[in-house]
Amino acid sequence: MYVGKKVTRVDAYDKVLGRTRYTDDLCDKSAYIARILHATIAHGRVLSIDTSRAEQIPGVVKIFTCFDLKEKHYFPTAGHPWSTDPAHQDVADRLVLTEEVRFYGDDIAAVVAEDEVAAARALAAIQVTYQEYPFVLDVQEAMQDGAPQLHEAYPNNILAHTAIRRGNYQEAIQEPGLIKVESWYETPTVQHCHIENFICYAQMEGNRITITSSTQIPHIVRRIVGQALGMDWGRIRVIKPYIGGGFGNKQDILYEPLCAWLCMELGGHLVKIDIPREDTFVSNRVRHAIRSHIISWVRPDGTYAARKLEAFSDQGAYASHGHSVCAKGAGAFPQLYPCENVEVDAYTVFTNKSVAGAMRGYGIPQAMWAVECHTADVAARLGMDPVDFRLRNLMPVGYIDGFSKNELYHDSFRQCLRKAMAAIDYDQKYKAYQNQTGDIRRGIGIAVFWYNTAVWPISLETSSCRMVLNQDGSLQVQLGETEIGQGADTAYAQMTADALGVPLGQVHVVSCQDTDVTPFGTGAYASRQTYTAGFSIRQTALLLKERILDYARELTRMPPYNLELSAGNIVRTTDGRVLMSLGELATQALYSTERSQHLTAESTAQIKSNAYSFGCTIAEVEVDIPMCRVRLLDIVNAHDAGTLVNPALAEAQVHGGMSMGIGYGLSEQLLFDPKTGRPLNNSLLDYKLSTFMDHPRLRAVFAQNPEPTSAFGTKALGEPPACSVAPAIRNAVRQATGVAFMEAPLTPHNLFRRFSEEGLL
Amino acid sequence: MSKQYKLVSCTINGKRVEKMIDVRSSLTDMLRDDFRLTSVKKGCEVGECGACTVLVDGECFNSCIYLAVWADGKEILTLEGLAGPRGELSDIQQAFIDEAAVQCGFCTPGFLMSATELLAAGREFSDDEIRKQLSGHLCRCTGYENIFRAVKKTMLRRLGREQEAEEV
Amino acid sequence: MYDIKALYEAASVDDAVRLLTEHPEARIIAGGSDVLVQIREGRLAGAELISIQGVDALRGVRLEADGAIRIGSLTSFSHITKHPIIREKINVLGEAVDMIGGPQIRNIGTIGGNTCNGVTSADSASTLFAWDAVIELAGPEGRRLVPIQNFYLRAGVVDLRPGELQTGILIPKRSYEGYQGHYIKYAMREAMDIATLGCSVNVKLSPDKLTIEDARIAYGVAGPIPTRAPHAEAMIANRPVSEGVLKQFAQAVLTDLNPRDSWRASKAFRQHIAVVLAQRALAEAIRLSGGEIYE
Repeated sequence: MYVGKKVTRVDAYDKVLGRTRYTDDLCDKSAYIARILHATIAHGRVLSIDTSRAEQIPGVVKIFTCFDLKEKHYFPTAGHPWSTDPAHQDVADRLVLTEEVRFYGDDIAAVVAEDEVAAARALAAIQVTYQEYPFVLDVQEAMQDGAPQLHEAYPNNILAHTAIRRGNYQEAIQEPGLIKVESWYETPTVQHCHIENFICYAQMEGNRITITSSTQIPHIVRRIVGQALGMDWGRIRVIKPYIGGGFGNKQDILYEPLCAWLCMELGGHLVKIDIPREDTFVSNRVRHAIRSHIISWVRPDGTYAARKLEAFSDQGAYASHGHSVCAKGAGAFPQLYPCENVEVDAYTVFTNKSVAGAMRGYGIPQAMWAVECHTADVAARLGMDPVDFRLRNLMPVGYIDGFSKNELYHDSFRQCLRKAMAAIDYDQKYKAYQNQTGDIRRGIGIAVFWYNTAVWPISLETSSCRMVLNQDGSLQVQLGETEIGQGADTAYAQMTADALGVPLGQVHVVSCQDTDVTPFGTGAYASRQTYTAGFSIRQTALLLKERILDYARELTRMPPYNLELSAGNIVRTTDGRVLMSLGELATQALYSTERSQHLTAESTAQIKSNAYSFGCTIAEVEVDIPMCRVRLLDIVNAHDAGTLVNPALAEAQVHGGMSMGIGYGLSEQLLFDPKTGRPLNNSLLDYKLSTFMDHPRLRAVFAQNPEPTSAFGTKALGEPPACSVAPAIRNAVRQATGVAFMEAPLTPHNLFRRFSEEGLL
Repeated sequence: MSKQYKLVSCTINGKRVEKMIDVRSSLTDMLRDDFRLTSVKKGCEVGECGACTVLVDGECFNSCIYLAVWADGKEILTLEGLAGPRGELSDIQQAFIDEAAVQCGFCTPGFLMSATELLAAGREFSDDEIRKQLSGHLCRCTGYENIFRAVKKTMLRRLGREQEAEEV
Repeated sequence: MYDIKALYEAASVDDAVRLLTEHPEARIIAGGSDVLVQIREGRLAGAELISIQGVDALRGVRLEADGAIRIGSLTSFSHITKHPIIREKINVLGEAVDMIGGPQIRNIGTIGGNTCNGVTSADSASTLFAWDAVIELAGPEGRRLVPIQNFYLRAGVVDLRPGELQTGILIPKRSYEGYQGHYIKYAMREAMDIATLGCSVNVKLSPDKLTIEDARIAYGVAGPIPTRAPHAEAMIANRPVSEGVLKQFAQAVLTDLNPRDSWRASKAFRQHIAVVLAQRALAEAIRLSGGEIYE
């Protein structure tokens, strides 16, 4: 068995040799270079674009402006499965180039040139005149009557509002003796910062266009490019090579439609769009900043009588993934700490800022910031131990969610908390750090998180798999679920080897997706890869095995029910005798003059289940009060992600998520100039993602309770590690200093402000 | 304006080469476009991410902010030059595999080059020194943890301290 | 590919001066970590460049006959940090430039470039201010020496006359002999960052280590150019080594500082940190000098 083993990544060898090919490495040098002209106002209308000077620059091929768009095909960008029900389709509000400017950085023109220098010079030489409108950057100001409006169809800029009502909140709060705890919590706009920027190139062949893109979702790119260009989807071929990280940014259609359009306008010539880092921050996607207002009514015994959440999610200028992000977080609220009387109102609101889309955690990091900061605040108010208080109120074993039908089968929270507490020596440290004085103090903090795997029943869950047997008994495996660095291909190889009964070395996962060749699949998102692909892998392997054993019946004259495929051999189950190797069988099957057969299998699994994936973070900090600095001393994440297909890669996934969470808690924040809406720190120098020196050792521990709904006992682990880190750090700082921070990140500026307010400086 | 070229003669991965180079080229441009050494990655092009790191005369440089003409007379080492002629991995490459220090792989070539410079010093670095020596690279996948393990283990092994390496 | 109009490669200092005279619009490029980034950003796009990378005479650290430490302008930060003369006599400078960017930047970045761009946040500058460094220039008229405090004219502008090139930085013997220094870089992360505030202190104690004979303190980012805090320096001269004196000294720095409000940091925040850094940097410099601070 390979599932559960620390096998080597299937792509590691090439990656350490430096020969793995990413999009730019594959693009022919004859490509024209396209660069995008971004708006330099936050809201308004392009009145004219003067390209005359730019066109004179040697090397400029052609300049396209928003006024050159002959047909306006509005398209959605979210990397969601398409809904055949118009009511559930993503909002189609983008054009490849726009006259209406809705944020500083909107795409208004494109330069195509023979080289990057000519393209850059042309961009600088273009003159734009605008009619400027008032703009709005704050999510709640945008909801006010009279605020600048971004999209006509959405009054008060509200893209969507959803409400959850359980029990009777108003009645419940009348109960005598309740303690009311109320606070506002706020998370920042942050960016994915995959090290490979978004890049794509397009070229026509015949009347079809081939787009190679650094994307998580090649089949969705095909559909949306078709929608954006008004083309038959089958005329579009999308190739996804290895990609240098995605984290949700590349779960969106970024510039594939523009690139395809430019290519077609230039007679099919190869055109490349390589987004500079500065533009990646502004004109790709960001994580929704969410402001949350929580009111809890608590009994002195530490139980909740009623709870209320209002969440205001900053969508930025276009709908992209829209309300689904905030709604996911809001949906977690009544579940994590179940309470009979709950009111939730979640709003997603347009503002004149960079567009928010999917980012690792999909609303849960924001929700856990609010909920887990609040949980610590409530426990402190009650004078209760934060662990005891959580254990009293957390979702109990056996809990079933009415909508998703998810069930908490195991005592995941308690197990994870125990493991994390033991790993970091929590009890002793918590005691030691109570009631400190002095300039430099330490603290330890906890946060738990709620997460679920995949998108059912909100959206379609489907996975298709193809297995093709070679002459020697080895096989190719293809899936629509994509390798984006997380190690999916390795997990698929392990699962295939086990399900089929062949040695791992005989399984070749085709990493590259090509929509002309790869079975349909919606791509990498929602921490669904091993969960959803597991179903189609197992199902397809069983189909292939059946065909193999059926062929073996003819060769061995044994009934197929007495045959098994094991370790790459056809084995008679009655006595365990190896009758022949799969290689011998495959050679026979392909070259037989009696009955030649290419043994393959392909199948689609639709998945109508979903699985909880829970865990926690414990962080230990040292706060230098006069210096306004937090130093993270130690941190541990604990997860119940079911069976770990590959414990080494699982641990590595957790490290990466923790790192992102550390940045979220301490340093990362994309800032916008309040006077102009201009992004201020859109570079890797000014946007402070953690460096090697900003981390302590990262530790991951696991409670491996096999998930009963899953083909291999596995469930989400890609996004969960990023969900509880920031509030754990915040709660540690709270213990150290007694100061409750409501806004992330805990930068020195934030510390200076709060410590000044609290009289610590 | 006429384009300006210069003959650049240097050693790349042990091989003497000569090429007319557009003086506007960065070393990244030259290595990727003129010599097709695509392990040299572009992540920011302003020296902030470290993905394009190569060794020039044994020291690490961001090749994106290094003019190609400066390579004249220098010895350049890219990741392509680290393995043996039949693809035999160096110890640090093997350690990156063994420690699961590779995820998307985009920052990996740069990290391996900085690790190569560190290891070539042939001395022991403290944990903080290791972190500092590798701090010119950004990684969004690994949280740096397994990269740290791979480098520290390799350093200890080269110093003949196998037992300690196991405990990293 | 950079938008460079023309590139001239100087073979010697004289050659560089000649090229500068012949091409008055041209900019000197040393390591390039600043100039190339500005070309890419567009601010220097289309520039003519004179590269001094090949002028090896500008590299290296040595002791002059009069005991001054001379650092060639093209010496990279990492070579400064490693150099035995720096380590022995003004280790704080090696430490300060070892906090710039990351290792790759420190291998390409030069101390000449760090001071010629006139940026207040340069990690080398505050320490050089504290050491009373002297800038050595070569030009059509010959050699010129300028105290570093006069070299910085205003934000981003230094006293480089037409045809002039910075060739070296001198630390006079009287500045460093008997002194110990400490630099604190205050930034938002531990690497790959520019200083929100930088504070460099050096101090000379009496032979019995009980009295501060002299202390010099300089800041980066506490104003448009690096700056000393003369009021604080005057206040502490010949005062006893004590916690109270350190506190007074730290408060006194604010008299001379003029940090600004920007999105990077508020003025109030920078002022607060300036005081904390003054006290901590001085305390560490005293400790390095063998002194002990009494309550």
